[in-house]
Amino acid sequence: MTHETVLDAQGIVVRYPGNPPVVAVNDVSLQVHAGETVALVGESGSGKSSLARAAVGIEKLAGGTARFLDGEVTPLRVRRRPKHLTGIQMVFQDPSTSLNPRRRIGEQIADGIATARARGAEGSRVEEWLEKVGLPTASVSKFPHQFSGGQKQRIAIARALAARPQLLVADEPISALDASTQTSVAALMRDLVKEAGAGMLFISHDLAVVQRIADRTFVMFGGRVLESGPTAQLWADPQHPYTQALLAAIPEPDGAGRIPSAPSAAERAIWADIPAVQR
Amino acid sequence: MSPREPRMPGRLRLRWPRAWRTPLGIIGSVIAAAWIIVAFTAQWWVPFEPNAQALPRLQAPGVDTLLGTDGNGRDIFSRLMTGATVTIPLALTLVVAALVIGAVIGALAGYFGGWVDETLMRITDLFMAFPTVILAMVVAASLGPSLFNAVIAAVVVSWPQYSRVTRSIVLSLRNQNYVIAGRLLGHSPARTLLVDILPNVAGPLLVLATLDIGAAILLLSGLSFLGLGAQPPTPEWGSMISAAMQNFDAWWLGVFPGLAILTVVLAFNFLGDALRDILDPTAEVTHEKQTELVASSGGGA
Amino acid sequence: MSILDIRDLTVDIGRPLVKGLSVQLDAGRIHGLAGESGSGKTLTAMSVLGLLPRHARTGGSIRLGGTELLGLGRRALNRIRGKRIAMVFQDPSASLHPQIPVGRQLTDHMRVHLGLRGAAARRRAVELLERVQVPNPDEALRRYPHQFSGGQRQRIAIACALACDPEVLLADEPTTALDVTVQAGILTLLRELADERQIAVLLVTHDLGVMSAIADVVTVMKDGRVVEHADRETLFRDPQHEYTRQLLAALPGSRIEGGDDHDA
Repeated sequence: MTHETVLDAQGIVVRYPGNPPVVAVNDVSLQVHAGETVALVGESGSGKSSLARAAVGIEKLAGGTARFLDGEVTPLRVRRRPKHLTGIQMVFQDPSTSLNPRRRIGEQIADGIATARARGAEGSRVEEWLEKVGLPTASVSKFPHQFSGGQKQRIAIARALAARPQLLVADEPISALDASTQTSVAALMRDLVKEAGAGMLFISHDLAVVQRIADRTFVMFGGRVLESGPTAQLWADPQHPYTQALLAAIPEPDGAGRIPSAPSAAERAIWADIPAVQR
Repeated sequence: MSPREPRMPGRLRLRWPRAWRTPLGIIGSVIAAAWIIVAFTAQWWVPFEPNAQALPRLQAPGVDTLLGTDGNGRDIFSRLMTGATVTIPLALTLVVAALVIGAVIGALAGYFGGWVDETLMRITDLFMAFPTVILAMVVAASLGPSLFNAVIAAVVVSWPQYSRVTRSIVLSLRNQNYVIAGRLLGHSPARTLLVDILPNVAGPLLVLATLDIGAAILLLSGLSFLGLGAQPPTPEWGSMISAAMQNFDAWWLGVFPGLAILTVVLAFNFLGDALRDILDPTAEVTHEKQTELVASSGGGA
Repeated sequence: MSILDIRDLTVDIGRPLVKGLSVQLDAGRIHGLAGESGSGKTLTAMSVLGLLPRHARTGGSIRLGGTELLGLGRRALNRIRGKRIAMVFQDPSASLHPQIPVGRQLTDHMRVHLGLRGAAARRRAVELLERVQVPNPDEALRRYPHQFSGGQRQRIAIACALACDPEVLLADEPTTALDVTVQAGILTLLRELADERQIAVLLVTHDLGVMSAIADVVTVMKDGRVVEHADRETLFRDPQHEYTRQLLAALPGSRIEGGDDHDA
């Protein structure tokens, strides 16, 4: 496994207009290396999605830099995306809007293959990808509406990976799925990305699932990273009160009838003030 | 088996069969279809030469002539049917032309934004600022009275609405995840517009166009009525009504062309309404779609 | 003694989606209805309140006390909806009217079902908001839904549901759209309300963690049918049916055999 840095984000700042302007991401730095899965965890308003989108170039950077392999990530403008940047691919949260409703899914996955070839990377066959994501090869001629949410997400994953990206950014890819398929889809992504030798930035609000697939985890709150480190350590020994609260709030499916503790308003108020823990 | 298997493979999925479920849709479609058939075949079966002045003048509708004759001894029925061959194909052509011009301008404005958007939309606004009929009259009058010029005038006043609708749809589609996914894959703007955006614009535009055919016919007839469109002896419904004003007692001269315009316009309006109900994503009450939505509600997998 | 008695419910919308479901809700108990999408759990909740699409065909029986709900006329149904049976939905932003102040949304319910008006209605509205722990209830009456956070909006939605003292509360994925630190608070609230007011709660969710936290009894559905029914402890510690085991095994924190996260 090479330790080539695929994504190097330094001092990212993302601001949204308003009165006063909202600072969605407030000076966040992180790196993703080839072959590893980095998780970005946080609740709504934490800035995790904004950060991911800024790293890909879909959101405007108000400060900081995002570098992909050797070059800078340029914003996605009206012009055609430069070839080398097609090495960054994304999987979105909502499976229903990630696919063009009017085109057969085989064609859409083929788009990904074409992108890979155009960049000089290895081509592949649509059927191969369908097999890899666990869908019948007969699906090639079907339209998105003929599939369930989980299946659509697998198709979106196939399309993204067919483009042979070095970096896959997944923005809450499992949140819209049933609990029973969340872990398997997340694991599928982790496995395929590792097999391809790519790096993955996995955004989620679900610490439990992320714990199973991520090598390193960043915990975000209010636009900042409050704790980061190897996932296993974070899970076993959380240092920051926010991380502790997040873990404590996860209901354990053990049938004990125990309602997880909800952090009080007083506790919430101080999370942002306690310094970050980076491991 | 999916109840929503598309009829035509490829991009445009029109659910024609469902148009037959609304009574108005059925009536509209039937009448519109009938008139279109007339428009393309009338020349072969009309009983009399539309321009031949051979019959007794100002005959009331009766046994010999179904709808009577006019002041020049021409058969009203034949002229009425032939009038369809004049007006309807021209109305269809002008709507298509207006749609294409408007859609291209609107799509470019919506997709590229910035100064392109500003410029194109201000031009659109400029044309929209004038009262339709008056602008059409001005254009037709300045080009010289003829049916061809009337069509040009009508296109000039009709394209802005398509531009606005297209632009607003393109704006909303531009940020859809699948469009962004395409951009990330390196698709060119042309490809994104043609493959990802335009097919989803087609539906609403089609509805608008169908509803617009009625307006187009009214506009063409109106211009002809004013002498700015069809010139004698061309049998055009508007000019026929205009000529009828000289012979007020002969009620059949004006009533039948008027009824023809009425029925065609209503027919296309009903058809357009039915199409809109079918294609409107927000008011989706089509049988199968509701089943899908209800059956898959509860978390999504 | 069950307050809501569903027997052999069938729902057919183009094709059979609920194929014979029987469930009894008791006062003060939270009954969980678990399953994946397409299992028919949400349809079941919708049929209790007559919220199915017009071309849906139902069979079986749903009795509230002595009244048969299936096939009930619109007027009679409206007397029951909101008053004797209330519902809380997944998306708090979609269940509250965005352009009506929160206070009015609460008092409107009361005006229609309880005949309460003016100051009396407002007082009760404040009490309700206090009970669901929305801060500054007096001021909150005047504000609009978008001025509250997601968790607070769900609390307001629960307050609206409680406004007329219903006997039954249907909750369809009430915390799925909320952050996990907010979810705990809502779950606590639901549990307390069920205990305090002896409301029979039907909790529909695919999230077994939520089930484990507050459900007393759980019914697992698959493809429109009941697959397993047990009290909470038994279901989680000793699931009988293969499908229930699969569901439990698929969870990330699972202790059940077969929980292999390398499933593709």
